[in-house]
Formats: sequence, C-alpha cells, structure tokens
Amino acid sequence: MEWLLHAGDDPGHKIMLMFIAIVLFVALMGLILFVVDRPRNPSRWFVGFGFVGAALVLLTLGLLYPAVRTIGNSFMNRNSTEYVGLDNYVRAFTEPQFLIVLGNTALWVLVAPLVATFFGLAYAYLVDKSRFESVAKGLVFLPMAISMVGASIIWKFVYEFKPVGVEQTGLLNQFIVWLGGEPQQFLISAPLNTFLIMVVFIWIQAGFAMTLLSASIKAIPDDITEAARLDGVSGLGMFWRITIPSIRPALVVVLTTIAMTTLKTFDIVRTMTAGQFDTSIVALEFYDQQFRQGESGLSAALAVLLFVIVIPVIVYNVRQMRISEEVR
Amino acid sequence: MSTVEADTAAPEVPRPPSGMSDRARKARKALSNPWASTLAVIIAILWTIPTVGLLVTSFRPELDVRQSGWWTVFGDALAGEGVFSLQNYETALFDGSTDLATYFVNSFVVTLPAVFIPIVIALLAAYGFAWIDFRGRDFLFVAIFALQIVPIQITLVPLLSAYVDMGINGTFWTIWLSHSIFALPLAIFLLHNFMKDIPRSLVEAARMDGAGHVQVFFRVVLPLLTPALAAFGIFQFLWVWNDLLVALIMGNPDTFPLTVRVAELAGSRGGDWHVLSAGAFIAMIVPLIVFLSLQRYFVRGLLAGAVKG
Repeated sequence: MEWLLHAGDDPGHKIMLMFIAIVLFVALMGLILFVVDRPRNPSRWFVGFGFVGAALVLLTLGLLYPAVRTIGNSFMNRNSTEYVGLDNYVRAFTEPQFLIVLGNTALWVLVAPLVATFFGLAYAYLVDKSRFESVAKGLVFLPMAISMVGASIIWKFVYEFKPVGVEQTGLLNQFIVWLGGEPQQFLISAPLNTFLIMVVFIWIQAGFAMTLLSASIKAIPDDITEAARLDGVSGLGMFWRITIPSIRPALVVVLTTIAMTTLKTFDIVRTMTAGQFDTSIVALEFYDQQFRQGESGLSAALAVLLFVIVIPVIVYNVRQMRISEEVR
Repeated sequence: MSTVEADTAAPEVPRPPSGMSDRARKARKALSNPWASTLAVIIAILWTIPTVGLLVTSFRPELDVRQSGWWTVFGDALAGEGVFSLQNYETALFDGSTDLATYFVNSFVVTLPAVFIPIVIALLAAYGFAWIDFRGRDFLFVAIFALQIVPIQITLVPLLSAYVDMGINGTFWTIWLSHSIFALPLAIFLLHNFMKDIPRSLVEAARMDGAGHVQVFFRVVLPLLTPALAAFGIFQFLWVWNDLLVALIMGNPDTFPLTVRVAELAGSRGGDWHVLSAGAFIAMIVPLIVFLSLQRYFVRGLLAGAVKG
C-alpha cells in the first residue's frame, strides 16, 4: 500500500505509478461498461447512470461538497472551531490591507479584459487577410502555450533594475536610460506595479481574444461589407459601423471570459511580487491567508467572494445556453 | 462559451472561389495603409521581444548576463566576440541546487494521467447526455455546464482536508484526482458539443440494428470524435502542465512539477537570470512543441466554446 501511494524521489517508481494508475483506471471503466452492457433489456436509467455516473460522483464529491464546506467555513473562525457569523466578511471589507486587495482585484477585472480585448481585436482586424496573417497571429498566440509562471519570468526580466552607473540588463530601464531618464524599481512602486503586472496577463490573453474575434470577423458575410463599401464606408468607419456591431456577441463572450480568468489568476502576482508592495489580489490573498497566515475562515470568505462575483455570469451563460438549445 | 459557436461556425466552411479575388483586393488595401501596417508590426514586436530577450539570455555566460543587457550580443556578434553556450541549461537541469531534471519527470508523471482520465470519464458522460434519454438528464447537464466557471479556489481547502483524512495527501493520486475533477465540466460540455454534431440518423441506425449503447459508443461515436479528443486533450495538457495552484496545494516536494520549482527559483534566486532564463525555457519547451504541432485543434477547441476556468 505504501509502495502504491508514495514514490518518494525515485523517478522509475514515479513512472511505474503513473502506468499503474492508468491501467487501474482503464480496468475500472472497462468493468463499468461491461456491467452496463450485461442485461438484456436494461432500463434507460441504468444505462444512463453507467455512462454519466462516474462524472456525477466525482463532481458531487469533488466540487459540490467541498464548495458547500468552504461556504460553511467562511462563517467560522481561523481554525474552523467556532461560529463567528459574518466576521470574516466584515474584516475582508473593512481592514485596510484587504481594501487594497479588493481595490486591486476590481482594477484587474475592469482593466485587464478591456486592454487584452482591445489589443486582440485591433491585431485581428489589422492582420486580417494580409499576406502574413498566419505567422503574425502565431506570434501573438504563442504566449497562450506557456505557463503564467514562465510568462511572469519573461516580463520580470524586462522590468529588471540595476542602480544608476551600472549597465542596465532590463529592457525597459535601458530604454529609460537611453532616453536620458533614471532607472526605476518598477515592481515596488504602487500603483504602477499593479499595471505592470497586468501587462503579463494582457500579453497572454490577447492571443485568446484575437483568435475568437478573428474567427468572428471572418464570419461577417461579404455582402454586408460589400454593401457598406458601395455606400462609401471605409477605413475606421467600416471598423466602427460594420465590424464592431457584427461581432458584438463574440466581444461580450471574450470580455466576460477574460474577466473570469482574471479573477482566478494568482500565478502571475505570486511570481512577480508575491503580493508585496500592495499588489495582492483576492485569488492570491485566498492562498496566503490559508497557507501562510493560517486564517482558514478568512481564506474561505475570500474564496466565496470569488464565487459570488461569477454567479451573474453563470446565470447569464445558462440562459444563453437554453436559448441556443431552443434554436437547434 | 456556448454563444461563440453561432458566430464562429462560418469560418469552417470553405469560402467560394469568387472570394479569392476579393481577398486579394483587400490584402492590397490593408498593405497600402501604412498606419495599419505600422500598428500591426508594433504589436507583433511588443509581443515577441520579451521572449526573445529571455531566450538569448539563456544562452549567455553567467558573467555576461550579470554585466550587460542581452541586446548587446547583436553588436558583439557582429564584432565576432559573442559567446554562447548551453552551460545554463546544464546547470538548471542537473546542478544539485536547481535539479530541474527531477521536476521534469514530475511534470510528465502528473500530466499524462491528468489528461487521460478526465477525457475518458467525460467522453462517457458526454455520450450519456447526448444519446441516452434518461430522467433528469437535462437538469444534470445544465448543472454541469454551470459548474464550468466556478472558481476552483472554493473547493481546494476542503478537498485537501478530505485527502488528509484519508491519508493520501501529497501523493500523485490526489493530484491526478483533483485535476480530473476540475477538468470534467469543461470536458463534458466540449465533447458533448462535438458529439451533438454527429448525425442522429447514424446513431439511431446502429441502435436499430440491435447494437447496445456500449457498442455504439465504441464503433460509431468514438472514431468520429478524434478531432474533439485532440482539441480537449491539448487544452487539458497545457492546463495541467502549466498549472501552479493545484500542484502547490495538493502536492509535496516529491511531486512538485516544473512550474512550482521554477516559481520557487524566481523567488529564491531572483537575480540569477542565467539559471532562471534557462529554467523558464525548460519548463516551456514541451507545451510549446505540443502547442505548435496541434495548434489547429487547439483553435478548434477554443472556437467550439471552450474556456477553462
């Protein structure tokens, strides 16, 4: 049993465990399907459960139940032994430290999706149907493949600071020096640092926005653009009066999706500043309160807060799905 | 999410040949506008330079990295003085204090089952929701759809304490399990979308011939779903390989993947850019290869209305 659970630091053992896990899993699923296929006239419910059962059990035990417990814990004290009512929420909304966190989060959710979508849209529109379209799109798309940790390191290097008199190794400071300015410690000066950290996120998400919006731009029927052109619409007028209205639904999806991602992203801030210098956001503070400060109740309250913010989007999505199901 | 679908269905359809002349005309038009081209080039440069900088740095000797900016290599190279080496990569991979080779194995061990397991479970579930008419089906499907964007932060701590109670915390098993659970809502939704595109008559004909659902699943549906599997597979692969949160909370030093280790290095050896740059690229190389070779499927997955939360 011990051998099956822990591989220690032996790479061969780890790889063996990996294969064992896959084989066990395949055997288990095979067994389920075998049982489902067995009876001559199985009830629909039986077969249905055979197919969706594994997913339902996992989601109930692994998502729903823990979520309910987190909500419960958010009304408990720091080690979940005593009921404290709304104390954690009151603290999250009144203590100066958390007000900064909430302010930063609001800033992130408002600014990052807009800027990322702006760049993605502008770029998608500009390179659309140009000769270099696929290469050009590849360049902006590539950051989506790498981890947020990796992206943060790439940008941290751009922001690198060396004191006056020493040769700069960070590109941004070198530019400032070339222009005759003094090098800055970008990541420690609030509120600028929050925006500079946001750049990393925007750099990643613009590719996502570009991909979706580009597909949407290409889906605009040619006769619409043609008719507009005959009416003498061109250049920016075309963009504002034809492109934007035609892709509005996709724009809404892109903006909300990036906003949702923004809420949950903690890797970037953690890697750039670890939340110091007034840069923390709710998703990171949740982690720090739980695992560094040992404030379970507060941490749970912050997680619940993240959840509460996305509820309207969930409701909206479900309604949209219902509508599109009816269309089918 | 679901609403994208309607807008993006069109580009899959091949354009009529008459569109070509139109295309060519527009291409000339775009290129003839210098402002538009300049702006596009500026964005492309802004998006590329930071990565190039770190990549160049990863091949420079430690002393050079400390003393001068990476852009100086171009001047040096022209003067015939540039020095490049793989030393940083060797240090990052095998030096005792960084030891990324070990973490590379961990990333690999974490990722494979965490991609395979949810795909299989989601395939079955998607089939059930698409083709088996059992009671409560619609309600359950909407519920799973809604779970897609619930922040996983809300589940992590109780899940971890459940693992602790069972005595399995800090093992690969809990990481595989957690990733599989978190992947399910998106996976089911995405595969269900693809599955709904299979003509109903095809499935019904097989059913008429007396095939049970299990046979239909394996003989009719599965072979048609390969592109969908690739689309979700690459998502999940990138997600798990690049994940930091789950790895950090559910894992321990024996299971930490590259992301955790590289993030640690960024904190503890933040000034050692020669190691950090090489380390960052070691962590990036596999997802980049996967991404570039399967990009087509990735885009398809994105457009099918998939956004992981």
